[in-house]
Amino acid sequence: MELERHAYDVVVVGAGGAGLRAAIAAHEAGARTAVVCKSLLGKAHTVMAEGGIAAAMGNAYPEDGWRVHFRDTMRGGKMLNHWRMAQLHAQEAPDRVRELEDWGALFDRTPDGLISQRDFGGHRYARLAHVGDRTGLELIRTLQQRTVALGVDVYMECTVTRLLTDADGVTGAFGYWRESGRFLAWEAPSVVLATGGIGKAYKVTSNSWEYTGDGHSLALAAGAGLVNMEFVQFHPTGMVWPPSVRGILVTESVRGDGGVLRNSAGNRFMFDYIPDFFRKETAETEDEADRWYDDKKNNRRPPELLPRDEVARAINSEVKAGRGSPHGGVFLDIASRRPAEYVRRRLPSMYHQFKELADVDITAEPMEVGPTCHYVMGGVEVDPDTAAASVPGLFAAGEVAGGMHGSNRLGGNSLSDLLVFGRRAGVAAAEHASKRAGVVALREEALVEAARAALAPFEREGGENPYAVQSELQQTMHDLVGIIRTAPEMERALERIAVLRERVAALSVEGHRQYNPGWHLALDLPHLLAVSECIARAALAREESRGGHTRDDFPATDPEWGRTNLVCTRTPDGELTVTRQPLPEMPPELAEVFEEQT
Amino acid sequence: MTEVGEPSTRAVDEGPARTHGGYDATFRVWRGDASGGELQTFTVPVNEGEVVLDVIHRLQATQAGDLAVRWNCKAGKCGSCSAEVNGRPRLMCLTRMSTFAEDETVTVTPLRTFPVIRDLVTDVSYNYEKAAQIPAFTPRPRDPDGNHRMQQVDVDRPQEFRKCIECWLCQDTCHVIRDHEENKAAFAGPRFLIRLAELDMHPLDVVDRRDAAQEQFGLGYCNITKCCSEVCPEGIHLTDNGIIPLKERVVDRRYDPLTWLGSKIRRRRD
Amino acid sequence: MTTTAPRGAGAASPGRGGGPAPRRAAIAARTLRTDRWWLQPLLTVLALVAFVVYSTFRAFQNAYYFSEPYISPFYSPCITTGCEGDTFPELFTGPAWISPAIYILVVPLGFRLTCYYYRKAYYRSFWLSPPACAVAEPHRRYTGETRLPLLGQNLHRYFFYLGLLFNVVLTYDAVLAFRDETGAWGHMGLGTLVLLANAALLWLYSLSCHSCRHAVGGRINSFSRHPLRYRAWTLVSRLNARHMQYAWISLFGVAFADLYVFLLATGTISDPRFF
Repeated sequence: MELERHAYDVVVVGAGGAGLRAAIAAHEAGARTAVVCKSLLGKAHTVMAEGGIAAAMGNAYPEDGWRVHFRDTMRGGKMLNHWRMAQLHAQEAPDRVRELEDWGALFDRTPDGLISQRDFGGHRYARLAHVGDRTGLELIRTLQQRTVALGVDVYMECTVTRLLTDADGVTGAFGYWRESGRFLAWEAPSVVLATGGIGKAYKVTSNSWEYTGDGHSLALAAGAGLVNMEFVQFHPTGMVWPPSVRGILVTESVRGDGGVLRNSAGNRFMFDYIPDFFRKETAETEDEADRWYDDKKNNRRPPELLPRDEVARAINSEVKAGRGSPHGGVFLDIASRRPAEYVRRRLPSMYHQFKELADVDITAEPMEVGPTCHYVMGGVEVDPDTAAASVPGLFAAGEVAGGMHGSNRLGGNSLSDLLVFGRRAGVAAAEHASKRAGVVALREEALVEAARAALAPFEREGGENPYAVQSELQQTMHDLVGIIRTAPEMERALERIAVLRERVAALSVEGHRQYNPGWHLALDLPHLLAVSECIARAALAREESRGGHTRDDFPATDPEWGRTNLVCTRTPDGELTVTRQPLPEMPPELAEVFEEQT
Repeated sequence: MTEVGEPSTRAVDEGPARTHGGYDATFRVWRGDASGGELQTFTVPVNEGEVVLDVIHRLQATQAGDLAVRWNCKAGKCGSCSAEVNGRPRLMCLTRMSTFAEDETVTVTPLRTFPVIRDLVTDVSYNYEKAAQIPAFTPRPRDPDGNHRMQQVDVDRPQEFRKCIECWLCQDTCHVIRDHEENKAAFAGPRFLIRLAELDMHPLDVVDRRDAAQEQFGLGYCNITKCCSEVCPEGIHLTDNGIIPLKERVVDRRYDPLTWLGSKIRRRRD
Repeated sequence: MTTTAPRGAGAASPGRGGGPAPRRAAIAARTLRTDRWWLQPLLTVLALVAFVVYSTFRAFQNAYYFSEPYISPFYSPCITTGCEGDTFPELFTGPAWISPAIYILVVPLGFRLTCYYYRKAYYRSFWLSPPACAVAEPHRRYTGETRLPLLGQNLHRYFFYLGLLFNVVLTYDAVLAFRDETGAWGHMGLGTLVLLANAALLWLYSLSCHSCRHAVGGRINSFSRHPLRYRAWTLVSRLNARHMQYAWISLFGVAFADLYVFLLATGTISDPRFF
C-alpha cells in the first residue's frame, strides 16, 4: 500500500479560528505542529462570521467586565454552560483580541483610537470587537498570516478519516489528499480537533459543505463522549429567497444597528414573545426600544435583540400562524429606519450579499428572513482548562467542543471561544506531546484497515448515489429533529437514520480517486449520520424545553434537567448511547454574580 | 409539517415565483486534467434565482457525480468557487443565471493561469508560495496601558485591502502571469501587491517593504491595465488605491532625487 | 509502504500527493469571451490617433496660433523671438523652421504619456498588452515597466510638477483673454470662455492625477496627525476617481481650444463678443 507518512508533536485537524489559534499556540510552545484542513487555507467557515468577537474590554462601556460577560453567557445558555469554561472565556477574551492586533488585525476604532465594540443580542453592554460586518474574515486572515509567518506546516485540501489510538491514547491520524486521493498518515502524540460543526445534517443551514461533524464523529470513534448534542442553534435570520441561497446568514448586526422584525401585518411581533426570564431587561414599548439605540443607560433593549433561540422560535410561530412573508419567512426591515448611507457603511457585506445573491436593495426594501441551522452547542466533552477530551492526547476546541455555550450560544461568543480555547488546546497539546515524545507508533494493521474502509465505496457496484442519501438525511433532520420537536417524530427520525446507515454502508461512487466529490461525500456521510443520531437520541431523552432545544410535548423548563448533562458515547459494539451526568456545580463566589445583578 | 424558510406547497403554486422561473439551459463545462480535456455540453434545468454554482451542483448530483469543483460558503465570502464563465473570471456563486439569456450557452472553464487538477479545480499553490514570502507584519510596541491606539481614518485605507477574500481572480486575470508563465517567479500578482500596500500603509507596522516590492515581488511588471480591479468581487480598487500608491511610494524610495537626498541627510543625522 | 520525509517548514501549499506534472487546462481559444471586448481598445485607438494626427499637424504648422487676444494652448508658453503675440517673455531665437510649439509640447506630452490612466489606455489598445481582460496578448515576452525605457514611467511626478507650471501659464492666457484687441481690459468673447474652460479642465486633470494624490497626502500613514493634508487627500481622491474622464475631456478641450484659435486666425469664423 502506498502511503505518505509524517511525524509531528501536534496535529491540528481544521484550519478555522480554533485550529489556527491552536497551531500558533502549539508552535510557540515549541511543538512541531501541522494543520490539516479540508479546504484551502483561509476558506474555513470562520470567514462567515460577521458580527464580532465578544470580549469585555470596556472600550465602549467601562462598566463592562468579565463578570458581566460571564453572567450574560450563562444566562444566554440557560445556566447549562460549564461554568469554568464560561469563566475562562470571559476572563481571557480581551487579551486574545488585543493579541490579534499584534499580528496585524485592523478592527474598527472608537474616537479615542481603541477597538470599537458593538451591541449584540444577549450582551448587557456593547462588547463585540468588529470590522464592519466581516469580522470572521479579519480573524481568519490574521491567524492565517500569523501561521504562515511562523512556518507551521499546513496540509490543505486534505481530509482526516480516522484517529489512530493505542491503549495509552492518541498516536496519530489517517487521511487522504482530496486532490489526488492518495493516503497519508501523521504520527503524533497529540491531536487537536477543531473541525467546527454539523450544519450539513440539516436542509436549511448557514453552514458550508465542510460542516459534516467530522470531529464529533472522530472523537466518538476514538472513545470520547459528546455532551448535550440536542442543543442546535437555529439562527433567527437566514435568507429565505431565492431558494438557492436559503439559509445563508443575515447578521444579527442588522438588528443591533436598528433593524426590526415585522410580520405580514407590519407588526413588530417580538413584543409579543418576551419571556419572563428576560422581561426586566427588555423594552415594553416601541418608543422605549427605539430610544435604546441612542441612550442605552436609561432604556431597555429592543426585543429583537433577545437571545437567538427566543427570536427563532418567535419567527417560527409567526410563520406557522400564517403571518409570514411571501416566501415563508418574516420581514427584517432596516430600510425604513435608517438612512441608506448609514446602512451601506455599517453593513457593507449584507448590502452586497442581498444585492448580488437576491437582487434586493436592503436600503430600499425589507429583507425576508427565517431561521436557519447555524451552530451546535453540543460537542466533545472536554476539560475546561486544557480542552482535553477523555482520550489522552485528544483535544477539542471551537464549535466541535461542548459545554461552553450551554443550551444556547450568544452571538459574538463563538469567535472569542475559538481564540480562548484554541490557544488553551494548543498549549495543552504541546505539553502532552512533550511527555509522550518518542513513545507513539502507528500500527500497520490500523493503517491498512483505514485505507480499506476509505476505498470501500469504489469496490461496491450498483449502490446508491451519495448525494441522494445526504439529501434524505437532511430532510429527515429538518422535518423531525428541527426547531420544534416531539417524541414520536424523533423516534421516526431514529428509525430512518438506522435505514440510512445501512444505505450508506452500501453506497458506491463512480470515477476515480482524483478530486472526486462524490467519493468525498461518501466518506463524510458516516460522520453526519453519527452526529445526527446523537442529536436525535439526546433530544429524545431531554424531556424539557431549554435554549436550542424545544419540545412541543414538554414546553416547560425543568430545574431537574437544568442540573443534568446528556453524554453520547459509542458502546464497544459500535452502538450510540446517551447517558445522564450531573452538571458541574458552580463555586459560590461565582454564583454570587447572579444574585448581585439581575 | 412545514418548517420555516420553506414556502408551503400552496405558496409555491400560487406565487408567481416558480411558474415562469424554470427553463433548460445549455452548459459547456471543461472536463479533464493535466493530460488533456475538452468542453462537454450538458442540458440542465435552471430555476428562478439560481446562480452558476447551483447549476454546476445540479450537474454533479444528477449527471456527472465526479465533476470536480471547489466551493465552500456559496455566499461570496470565502472565494473558493472561482472559475471562468463565458471567458470572464468570476465567482460562480455570485454569477446569477438571470444575467444570461435563456437560449445563451454558458461556458464554464477552470482558471487559466493555474495548472489544472481536474475539471474546474486548479492548483493555486503559486499564491500560497507568494504569500509565504511576504515579510511579516511587525508592529511597534503597544502603548503603556497595553492597547494599540489608531484612528479610524488611519485604518480605513489598509482595511479596504483586508476585505480581500483571496479568490485569486485578480491573479488569474493578470496578463503578466496569465500570458507569461515564466513571469511567475519574479511577479507576486495583484493580490500580493495590495498586501504589500496594506502593510506599507498599516499604522502600526515598522518594516519598509518598498525595495522588496520592486525587486522581489515584481511591482514593475504591473502595467496598471486594471483587469484586477475589474474582476474583484469585493470591489477593492486594487490599482488606484493599492498598486499605484505603492508605485508612488517606491518612487519616493528609489527614483526621487529630492527624497533620496533627504533620506541621506536624515540618515547621517541619526 | 513508502515513507516520505517530513515537509519543510511552512509548506503552506495545497497538497499534491503526487499526480501528473502541473499543466494548465488545454483550451485552445485565445479567449472565450462572448462580448465585444475589442470595441473599447478600437475606440481608444481611433480617438488617440485622431488627436495625434491633428496635434502633430498643428504643432508643425507654425501658423494661425494667435488671434488677438487669444493664443492656442499648443503654442503657450510661446518662448522664442519668432512668436506671434506677447503673452510670454521671448527667451531665445531658434531656427525659423522649428515651430515654437516643439520646444514646449514635450511637457504636456510627457505628462500624458506617463499618466497612469493613459498608460492603461495605450498599453491595452496599441500594445495589446492585454487588449482586454482575459484576452491573450500577442507578445512572446513581457517585462512590463521593469527596465528602460518603460522604467522611465516613474518620472511621472516630475512631469506633473512641470505640468502645473503650464497650467499657470494657460490660466494666465485665459486671464489675458479678458483684454480686447487693443490690450484694454474688460472684454469677453466666446474665445475667453474657451480658454477658461480649457484651463479649468487642465487643472482638473492635473489635480486628479495619482502622483498629485500621493504628494498631497497619500504618502503619509498617519492622517489623523495631519488633518489638513488628510482633507486635501480626500478631495484629490474624489477627483482621482474621475481621472479617466478628466483625461479625455481635457484632451479634447485642448484640441478644441486650438481649433477655435485656428478658425479665428484663418478668418473662418469671428469671435462672438459678450462685452
